[in-house]
Amino acid sequence: MPFGIDLPMFFAFIIAFAILAYVVMDGFDLGVGILFPFLPVGRERDSAMNSIAPVWDGNETWLVMGGGGMLAAFPLAYGMILSALYAPIIAMLLALVFRGVAFEFRWRDPRHRALWDVAFSTGSIVAAFAQGVTLGALLQGVAVQNRTYAGGWFDWLSPFSVLVGVSLVCGYALLGATWLVMKSEGSLQERCHRFAFRLAVGTIVAMAAVSAATPFLREAYWARWFAWPQVLFTAQVPLLVVIVTGILFWSLKRAHHYTPFLMALALFGLGLAGLGVSLYPNIVPPSVTIWEAAAPHDSLKFMLPGVLVLVPIILAYTGYSYWVFRGKTGHEGYH
Amino acid sequence: MFESFDAVFLARLQFAFTVSFHFIFPSFSIGLASYLAVLEALWLWTGRSVYLDLFKYWLKIFALAFGMGVVSGIVMSYQFGTNWSVFSDKAGPVIGPLMAYEVLTAFFLEAGFLGVMLFGMNRVGKGLHFTATLAVAVGTFFSAFWILSANSWMHTPTGHAINAGGQFVPADWWAIIFNPSFPYRLVHTVFGAYLTTALVVGAVGAWHLLREKGNEGARVMFSMAMGMIAVVAPLQIFAGDQHGLNTLEHQPVKVMAMEGHFKSYPDGAPLVLFGWPDEAAGKNLFAVEIPKASSLILKHSWDAPLKGLDTVDRKEWPPVAVVFWSFRIMVGMGMLMLTLGLFSLLARARKRLYDWPLLHRFALAMGPAGFVAVIAGWVTTEVGRQPYTVYGLLRTVDSASALDAPAVGASLLAFVVVYFFAFGAGTYYILKLMSHPPHRGEEGPRRDQPVRAAGITPAPQVAENIATGKGA
Repeated sequence: MPFGIDLPMFFAFIIAFAILAYVVMDGFDLGVGILFPFLPVGRERDSAMNSIAPVWDGNETWLVMGGGGMLAAFPLAYGMILSALYAPIIAMLLALVFRGVAFEFRWRDPRHRALWDVAFSTGSIVAAFAQGVTLGALLQGVAVQNRTYAGGWFDWLSPFSVLVGVSLVCGYALLGATWLVMKSEGSLQERCHRFAFRLAVGTIVAMAAVSAATPFLREAYWARWFAWPQVLFTAQVPLLVVIVTGILFWSLKRAHHYTPFLMALALFGLGLAGLGVSLYPNIVPPSVTIWEAAAPHDSLKFMLPGVLVLVPIILAYTGYSYWVFRGKTGHEGYH
Repeated sequence: MFESFDAVFLARLQFAFTVSFHFIFPSFSIGLASYLAVLEALWLWTGRSVYLDLFKYWLKIFALAFGMGVVSGIVMSYQFGTNWSVFSDKAGPVIGPLMAYEVLTAFFLEAGFLGVMLFGMNRVGKGLHFTATLAVAVGTFFSAFWILSANSWMHTPTGHAINAGGQFVPADWWAIIFNPSFPYRLVHTVFGAYLTTALVVGAVGAWHLLREKGNEGARVMFSMAMGMIAVVAPLQIFAGDQHGLNTLEHQPVKVMAMEGHFKSYPDGAPLVLFGWPDEAAGKNLFAVEIPKASSLILKHSWDAPLKGLDTVDRKEWPPVAVVFWSFRIMVGMGMLMLTLGLFSLLARARKRLYDWPLLHRFALAMGPAGFVAVIAGWVTTEVGRQPYTVYGLLRTVDSASALDAPAVGASLLAFVVVYFFAFGAGTYYILKLMSHPPHRGEEGPRRDQPVRAAGITPAPQVAENIATGKGA
């Protein structure tokens, strides 16, 4: 291999990184949307909304990056997955339209604020659920023939995919609650602190249920998790989950502002690592590998400098824009 | 209810619907981002507060339009896979990386600095804020660059090879990016976006001048918009003509459909002004023609021969009537824009720019003309590429996902309902913002909201607005 690296593998990591970035960043702003109906109208809802208003659009760009990157680096997988999971993907896109426009509309039209608040929270919940269902259905495996999807258009629906959908809604809500603990104060912070406790319990239970079910979906998943000697490596994932969970509850108990959010992020990171363990080396389970789905070498090589140079720059200015809006929402102007 | 439809036709309809709706927003926000950068620069340079007022006035509108562009754009980036999975597999290796560069160079830049541009005026210095505005404006241009390169490659594919799996694989990236129709399409589209924005700004200015001649903000925006139209409209007509000649060279069948030339004309082809192309009969009904004028335009000679659709297998024909008419709508709009530009020059020469109601009414009526022209132009070029997705190489029927008609039909219906509801409301809010006259001490997008320097939450204000029955 030129450059001494395996380009398909490198891009699989890039896509995984984009998905992680998307899940943790849009995860907390979707989570705020999921919690929205449980916040009192007025000051609390408004400052919850404002804590994410300047950043949500950058967060969603990672979803475009995941989609665009898949098309570019793994065109075969992109076509297969999206046509196989047609219904949940379309539902997610429509839900994102609703919640995206609600950000501006609720301020522009106070008389219909209630309507746009419903659009915002319903959109957030449906988008989160649809993303979970998509993930669950992908883990179940996608029927493929002749480079195209060969299943029916309701294959994605199963108890397992619904379980993952519900889990993701719960997990995003945890991210949202811990984000608001970090970004708010007063009654909103206290309320979110209580939510965070319950949601943390829910998320851990959901993660355990999904993790317990996954090895039974396909024999290959069982082998990837439990075969000797890689079990030494894969066992680190649940072990770290236990440690992170411990710190999460400890920090919630001590009413820390930042640690719960960071721990919730770590849980999502570990969840994705677990997903990687189950899937690797497939990109479309059960049959298509990363290398089979990869775009030709010249396509990947063309993108390599772009990724190596631009992704760090993007991370830098994304960090800058978070830094500009740092601190508690609503009180920053006083320093 | 969709069983009797053809799934590929429904998928095309869905793509046409979602992309047309989507493109309305960028065609406005590309121009508006640049306009905002110019306004902020003028404010920083001259210190005149009217420029800051106008900046804030248009920034609120930009925030709405940009948000709708983002969410409708996310749909586009997934639509290739959901409905056109075979196309994605085959053409992905070539157009995918171009789109990836669009995301990396443009979308993140826009999204990353949009927050600072919208809400950061009091948090960062003037210089940094202007940098953020510039970054957003430059981002919209980068975005146009990459996506138009990808689109143009589908019209004039070059620089690729075809591998054993039937995929297009890159052979020469330079040839792919700068494919033959790309420079023309880029210039034509960017001018189109500037004109669209100028027409909207001009119409808003005109509306307020009709009500209050002395409004300084309305005067400045009207003058700037008319100046832009007077300069860009003729340039755009020239660029469009050059693009047409380029199309004649690379996609002659599209030009035959645009011109309504069913027959070949060995000694000078007529320019069909109007008529009804009857595809089945292969002729134009009720045609009004100028003899030999088409040859003059396309070949710069009265007697130059031009081939017609009769030289092409019917299986290679695009839908002639659609292409013929959408092209005429676009050209008609262009001519009206030129007229408006010239009228405004006359008014300026007579020092009646702010005091000529006929001009203001004309400018007001022309407000939506840019959108009409842009959509008509895209219909011309995209429908004119049919029956191919990658011109001459990959047929549309061979590009679609293997989906059942009811699945595509149901999602199409869902898109139509959601878009009309969500974007209909957005358009209404934009029009409402535009109906307020620009005034001194204009508020930014978030004066009534809590992310801002004062640290006051908007709840009391919202409550007050509700109590007094006041809208936003």
